[in-house]
Amino acid sequence: MVAMREAFGKSLVELGKKNKDVVVLDADLAISTKTTYFTEEFPDRFFQCGIAEQNMMGVAAGLASCGKIPFVTSFAVFVTKRPADQVSVSVAYPKLNVKIIGAYTGLFNGRTGATHMAGEDIALMRSIPNIVVIDPADTNELSKAVEAIASYCGPVYMRETRDEWPDVFDSSYKFEIGKAVTIKDGKDATIISCGVMTSQALIAANDLEKEEISVRVINMSTIKPIDREAIIKSALDTKAIVTCENHNIYGGLGSAVAEVLVEEAPVPMLRVGIKDMFSECGTNMELLEKFEMDPTSIVKTVKKVLIKKKQREF
Amino acid sequence: MKNFCRLNDDEIKRLEDIAREIRCSILTMVSEAGVGHIGGSLSITDILVALYFKVLKINPRDPGWPDRDRLVMSKGHGAAAIYSTLAEKGFFPKEELKTFGLINSNLQVHPDKNKVPGIEASTGALGQGLSIGLGMALAARLNKKDYYTFVILGDGEIQEGQVWEAAMFASHYRIDNLTAILDYNNVQLMGNVSEIMEIAPVAEKWSSFGWEVLEIDGHNFNQIIESLYKAKEVKGKPTIIIANTTKGKGVSFMQNTCKWHGSVPTQEEYIKAMAEVKK
Repeated sequence: MVAMREAFGKSLVELGKKNKDVVVLDADLAISTKTTYFTEEFPDRFFQCGIAEQNMMGVAAGLASCGKIPFVTSFAVFVTKRPADQVSVSVAYPKLNVKIIGAYTGLFNGRTGATHMAGEDIALMRSIPNIVVIDPADTNELSKAVEAIASYCGPVYMRETRDEWPDVFDSSYKFEIGKAVTIKDGKDATIISCGVMTSQALIAANDLEKEEISVRVINMSTIKPIDREAIIKSALDTKAIVTCENHNIYGGLGSAVAEVLVEEAPVPMLRVGIKDMFSECGTNMELLEKFEMDPTSIVKTVKKVLIKKKQREF
Repeated sequence: MKNFCRLNDDEIKRLEDIAREIRCSILTMVSEAGVGHIGGSLSITDILVALYFKVLKINPRDPGWPDRDRLVMSKGHGAAAIYSTLAEKGFFPKEELKTFGLINSNLQVHPDKNKVPGIEASTGALGQGLSIGLGMALAARLNKKDYYTFVILGDGEIQEGQVWEAAMFASHYRIDNLTAILDYNNVQLMGNVSEIMEIAPVAEKWSSFGWEVLEIDGHNFNQIIESLYKAKEVKGKPTIIIANTTKGKGVSFMQNTCKWHGSVPTQEEYIKAMAEVKK
């Protein structure tokens, strides 16, 4: 297993070799986000902007308006919240080809605690028009997504987290923006997940299989534009949904899925995620457990939604 | 690069005539639309005329020309002024100015770069244009092009923190292919800038951030153009031209008052204003 940030740093270099218009901007966190690899390879195409994210976002917009493909990188908290107006007005409104990369997402931020927790970045980015929002499940998906977003013409926000997480895909995986992937089939309920929570959802689903509960697992790494068909199909097929995300249960994947369900195929749904609270320092596993986002908690949530499903049938 | 030569009387008259046309346009556009920012559009008119008719390397028939000079109107509420100037220069037909601020119009009250040829950035939310201009200047360096970037800032606008982030960045990167111009009319929406949130001493602030600072009368064509040429000669650091201007310049009752930041003239006020401008 490779740490997500390592995979990101290396993918960016590979991309930089293939595409001379790719440039990278950082706000004094390159050693953490691993864009240092890009700096070493392409020093003239790397712009250190200091701890000044609003200006960084504007500079990226200016570069993009002249044909460059800027990857604006920092911790997710700092690259979305501080320059939110700049993202909206300077990047999204004119539809400039800027790729915003939010590192160290959700709870898993290397024990830096609540001030560095990005629990609202999906909610913020997806409520701004014209931005594609992606949260890859593992290093394989992340590497493919880096290429895909560079080829896509328009603003993108992509999350990536810090550490090592179990693989969900292998190197043969083909990533497509906007396409959810069923990684385990099932008929009793569906877990729709994004980001590193997909690997946890898979563990939970395999545990439930041992209790003869058949759970489908869908990796929905593109939160916007969301794969409506995949949501509707899983609702019609399994009639019970649980969403999993490394994000506040307000405004992120869970909300996006609920929006589709309510309009097209209302079925019982429960959300696993950060329950609208600030985090604290802890290891990834400690936080997963304390914030009730670990496979045990996901299993409990699936069982709860199955009770709701059963109540409906009477 | 062309050297600056003092304008002769005919050249000055020509620029004054164009400026007069544009001031009339601004008053008409805002009056008919019932929305717009007259004070800050009139204060920047002469600078825009100097830029578009004497300095900028641009081609109205090819607004996407990769080697063109860029002008970012960071004070986006000066839209009426820049639209009138672009139309006068031939970027789009002057008849289109009548659609300013109307539903479905390309001429939004704050400029949309995807709707108007010649508009380089979608501005209006203040404080963002200098950063964008710096990105353009860096792109020129990367692409080994010698086009120049100009950014027009408002004085209220430089109360925004992002402007100072950009100022630091510009001097850190020794950006000398960008010139900022400050429309220092000392009036913002709520009142005089010095009463709302004092920005002075302005020259000292920019100088301490590592910028070359030039100060001019923003309504004197010789000073405007000379400073724009001088700025290009400065190497290794960015330049800001602090243009002392008058909000509402050209209409006596609109000058130096925050009332005309965003107000729309009555029919009677419009007629009086036009008469003054045309004199």
